[in-house]
Amino acid sequence: MIPAAFEYYRPTDMAGVIALLQEHGDDARVIAGGHSLIPMMKLRMAEVPHLIDLQAIDGLNGIAISDGTITIGAMVTQHEIINSAEMEATAPIMKEAALQIADPQVRYMGTVGGNVANGDPGNDMPGLMQCLNAQFHLVGPDGDRVVDARDFYEAAYMTDREDEEVLTAVSFTAPAGGFAYEKQKRKIGDYATAAAAVQISKEGGKVSAASIAMTNLSDTPVWSEDAGAALVGTACDEAAVKAAVTAMLDDIDPTEDNRGPVAFKRHAASIVLGRAIARAWSRA
Amino acid sequence: MKDEITRDERVANLKGMGCSRKRVEDSRFTQGKGNYVDDIKLPGMLHGDFVRSPYAHARVKSINIDAAMALPGVVAVLTAKDLEPLNLHWMPTLAGDKQMVLADGKVLFQGQEVAFVVANDRYIAADAVELVEVDYEELEVIVDPFKSLQSDVVLREDMVAEDGSVPNGAHGPRKHPNHIFTWEAGEEEATNQVIDNAEVVATEEMYYHRTHPCPLETCGSVASMDKVNGKLTLWGTFQAPHVVRTVASLLSGIEEHNIRVVSPDIGGGFGNKVGVYPGYVCSIVASIVTGVPVKWVEDRMENLMSTAFARDYWMKGKISATKDGKITGLHCHVTADHGAFDACADPTKFPAGFMNICTGSYDIPVAYLGVDGVYTNKAPGGVSYRCSFRVTEAVYFIERMIEVLAIELNMDPAELRSINFIKKEQFPYTAALGWEYDSGDYQTAWDKALVAVDYKGLREEQAQRVEDFKAGKTRKVMGIGLSFFTEIVGAGPVKNCDILGMGMFDSCEIRIHPTGSAVARLGTISQGQGHATTFAQILATEIGLSAESITIEEGDTDTAPYGLGTYGSRSTPVAGAAAAMAGRKIRAKAQMIAAYLLEVHDNDVEFDVDRFVVKGSPEQFKTMKEVAYAAYNQAIPGLEPGLEAVSYYDPPNMTYPFGAYVCVMDIDVDTGVPEIRRFYALDDCGTRINPMVIDGQIHGGLTEALAVALGQEIAYDDMGNVKTGTLMDFFLPTAWEVPNYETDFTVTPSPHHPIGAKGVGESPHVGGVPCFSNAVQDAFRPFGNRHTNMPHDHWRIWQTANDLGMHD
Repeated sequence: MIPAAFEYYRPTDMAGVIALLQEHGDDARVIAGGHSLIPMMKLRMAEVPHLIDLQAIDGLNGIAISDGTITIGAMVTQHEIINSAEMEATAPIMKEAALQIADPQVRYMGTVGGNVANGDPGNDMPGLMQCLNAQFHLVGPDGDRVVDARDFYEAAYMTDREDEEVLTAVSFTAPAGGFAYEKQKRKIGDYATAAAAVQISKEGGKVSAASIAMTNLSDTPVWSEDAGAALVGTACDEAAVKAAVTAMLDDIDPTEDNRGPVAFKRHAASIVLGRAIARAWSRA
Repeated sequence: MKDEITRDERVANLKGMGCSRKRVEDSRFTQGKGNYVDDIKLPGMLHGDFVRSPYAHARVKSINIDAAMALPGVVAVLTAKDLEPLNLHWMPTLAGDKQMVLADGKVLFQGQEVAFVVANDRYIAADAVELVEVDYEELEVIVDPFKSLQSDVVLREDMVAEDGSVPNGAHGPRKHPNHIFTWEAGEEEATNQVIDNAEVVATEEMYYHRTHPCPLETCGSVASMDKVNGKLTLWGTFQAPHVVRTVASLLSGIEEHNIRVVSPDIGGGFGNKVGVYPGYVCSIVASIVTGVPVKWVEDRMENLMSTAFARDYWMKGKISATKDGKITGLHCHVTADHGAFDACADPTKFPAGFMNICTGSYDIPVAYLGVDGVYTNKAPGGVSYRCSFRVTEAVYFIERMIEVLAIELNMDPAELRSINFIKKEQFPYTAALGWEYDSGDYQTAWDKALVAVDYKGLREEQAQRVEDFKAGKTRKVMGIGLSFFTEIVGAGPVKNCDILGMGMFDSCEIRIHPTGSAVARLGTISQGQGHATTFAQILATEIGLSAESITIEEGDTDTAPYGLGTYGSRSTPVAGAAAAMAGRKIRAKAQMIAAYLLEVHDNDVEFDVDRFVVKGSPEQFKTMKEVAYAAYNQAIPGLEPGLEAVSYYDPPNMTYPFGAYVCVMDIDVDTGVPEIRRFYALDDCGTRINPMVIDGQIHGGLTEALAVALGQEIAYDDMGNVKTGTLMDFFLPTAWEVPNYETDFTVTPSPHHPIGAKGVGESPHVGGVPCFSNAVQDAFRPFGNRHTNMPHDHWRIWQTANDLGMHD
C-alpha cells in the first residue's frame, strides 16, 4: 500500500493540463477526487509517474441548470449532487443513485467526472449517464468535443477518451417521468452485485418512453435499448416487465467473482430491474 | 469523628465493581492521541518491508538482491542465507512446530516472506522490494486438506526423514508427510456403541470456513538494539509481551534482563497478535545488524494474507438420542487445515484447543472427539479469533448438531435444548470429554430469553409466513436463530495449560502512594477491552480507594510483572483474580496499620467501603487514604514502611460463562439478502464489573459474529491465490450492516474466582456465530433445508433457496 514515486503537478489552467498530457502521454493521469486512482497507485496496480491534479482549474466545478439542460462540472462531488436542491428538483435519480455510492467519506471526495471517466464497470454513474442519455464534454489538444455516454465505454477501463484529453463536464436533458436507481450490494462501500437505472414517462396510463441501464453486469455499463422498448406502449404490467427483463438479460454478460456465480448475478439483475421498473412506474 | 456523607455516597465515590464507569481510555482514543506502534518514531530509524511470494508452492531457485541494493537509500536486504548463521532462518511456533522466517529453499503459501528489505524510508523500502529478483519454480499446489492427506506431494520436506519415513511431530505420531497430528478425547468405542444402538441418530458434515481476526491496526514492531549497553528494546503489537520477551531471548541468545518488550496502545487483537511473526524477528535482526532502530509495519493485504487466520475446520458429527429427545451420545471428527506451518496459538497439551468442549451446554453421557491436523499451501495460523481456543468451532458444531437432531426428531429446537441442559444442581459438572464446568443455571437463562422474545409468538408468525410464501403472498421467509452456549475461558490452571512451557498464570502488582492514590501493573495487555477502567474498579472495591485514583499500567516488561497476556477471555478470570488477591494483601496490611492508629487490636477493626472502623463503633475509623499516609510516614512497630503487594494467580479451574441468544431474520429469497429484525443476547458472565463495558464487549463480539456468519472469509482458488485480500472483498461490517442489539443478563458467579467473575469479551462471538447461522438455516427449514455451510452471503443464501426449488 505504498505507491511508487511520482511527480505531482497542479496546473492552474486547462492548457497547462493538456501540455503535460501531451508531454508525458500515458505516463500521465489527471486526478479528480482520487478515490479510484489513489488506491490503485497504492496497490501499484496503476503506475502514474506524472500525476496532474485538477483542483486548481477553474470551470470544472458547479452544477448549472438552464433551459432544461443540466450541466455538471467534472469536479462536482457526489456529496454536492446529494445536497443540491435544484438537482433533486430536476433530476431526482441523481440523488437516489449518489446516495448508494460508497459511504459519506468517499462521497465528500469522489467526483462525477472521475466516476464516469475512469471506465470502471463497477462505478454507478456511467450506467446512470447512459440511462439519462448524457453527453460527455472532452477537451484536448485539438479542441472540444462531445461524446454520448452510450458511445463512450469500450471495455473495462477503456473509453473513447484519448490519453491527451480531459473530461470537463457531463450534461443531459432534465429527465421526465418516474425514476429509480436500484442497487444490490454486499455492504456499504461495495460495488454493485447488480444495479439498474430506470426512467419511465407515462401518457394516458401507458409507458410513452423508457430508458434502462445496468451496472457491473458486463465489462462496461449496459444501456439496454430493447429493455426500454419492451415497456413502451404497455401499462407496465407483469408481462411487459418480464419482457423488459428478458431483453436486459440478453444484453448483460456478467462474470463470476466473490459476489457470486453468473446464474446468481443474472437472477439478481432480473430482480433489481423488476423492482426499479416498479418504483419508477409508481412515480411516473 | 462524624462523616459528612452517607455510606451509599461513599460506595458511589469509589466507582468500584458494578458501576458503569466511563472508559478512561476513550478520551485519548477519540481525540487521536493514542500511541500505537506506527506512531513510534526514533532518531535514525530505518524501515523494513518484505518481498513476498506470489506463488502458493514453489522452489526458490535464486534470489538476486543486486538491483535492490543499488537503489540509493537501501541499507540491507536480508534472505534466509543471512539469517542461517544466526540460526534464525526458522523460528519455533507456539504449537511446537517451526516456521520459516524467510523462505529457505521453497515457499509454501502465497504471501510468504522471502526477503526483508531495510531502507532509509518506507517508500524506498517498497521500491526496493520490487527490485529483488526471485527465480521460482512452481510446484503442485494443495489447498484441500483431504487431498493433502492423499497426495504424493510433500509440503514440508523438513518433516520427513531421509529414508522417507514420517517422524513423530510435536503432538505424537503422524500418518502421512502432510499430516501434523491426531488428537483424541473421550471414548470412541463406547460412543460408537451407544450411537449404533440408538433410537434416533442425526449425522451432519459441516465446514467452518477460514476467516481472519482482522484487527483495524495491522501487526508491526520497532526494534532498537543499543550496542553500547547491550540492551534490546522491542515495541510491537503483542497480545503477550512477556512471552515475546522470553521467546526473543531464547531465539537471539540475548539475556532476558537485557530485553525490554513494550506493547503500546493496540488497535484490536482478537487473536491475531498472539503469535510471533517473521516481521518481528527480521526487525530485531536488522536492528542488530545495522545498530539503529528498525520499524516494520505490515499493510492490510499482508495482514489478511500472511498473519494468523482463524477456523478452517471440516467437522463431521453424529449425535444420538431417544425418541423423546434425550441425547445419548456424540461423535465428532475434525479435519483441521492448519496451512503451511502449525502456528496455532493453543496451550501445549491442546493442539486442537478446547475443541473438546463440544458437548456444549448439554448433559451428554458419552462422547468422542478426534482431530487431525493437516498441512496445506495456505497461510499458517489457526488462532482463536475472539474466542477461547477453538471454542467457536466447538459451539458452532454442537449448536448445529442440536438443530439437525431437532429436524430428525421433528421437535422444536428450543425444547430439545431444554430437555438436555445440564441442570443447576449438577454443577460442578464433569463433561464426557473431561472438563469440569464451575457453575451454571442454563434453564433459567433460557426461559428468560424465550419469554423476552415471545418465542411462541415468533413460531406462530413464522408458520403464517410459510403459508403466505406458499400462497405467493410474500417472497420473504422468516428465520428464528437460537443458540445456547457455554464458553471455557481463563486459561488457565498451570497444571493443564502452558504455552512453550510457560505456565498460564497471571499477575498484578500494586503500589499505594502516600497520598492515597495507586498504580497497579498487570501481566495482561488491553487491546481495546478497557482494562484501565475495569481493573481499577476491582481494586477500588478491594482496597477502598476511588477507581479515579488508580492508574493501571500494562504492556511494558520492564515494569509489569510477568504474565501470559490477553486472549481467550483470560484477563478478568486470571489477572482480574490476581488484582483482587493483591488488593486483599494490601488490605491485610492496611488493617494492621489502621488498628495501630486506632489503638485497638487488629481483629477489632473491620473494612467498610473506604475505611477501617472499630467494630461496634463506626464513628471511630481511619480511611484508606489516612492509612496510606501513615504507612509511609509513621513508624509502626513490627511493620515495614510502605504499602505494596504483588500476586501471581494460578487459577484452580477455568471459568464457564454462558448465554442464550435469539436472532429473528427476514430473508429475501430472490436476492439472498438477509435483514436482521431482532437480536436478543442474554449473557451470564458471573459477577459484573462494569455493565457498560460488558455491553460494549457484547456489541463488538456480536458484530464480529455477524461478519463471520454472513460473509467474512479468507477464500483461496485452486492455485492457492487469496481471493479476499482487501477490505473490498473481506467483509468487515460497518454501522450500516449492524442491527440493534438487545442485551440482558443473569448472574451465576464462579465459585472459585475471588470475585466470581467469568470473562465476557468472547462470549458474544462464540454464541453469536451459531445464532446468526441458525437463523438463516431455520428460515429454510420449513422448505427442506437441513444444513448449509457458512458464510451465508447473498449468493450462497440465494443458492440455498435455488436448490430448494424456491425460484421455480
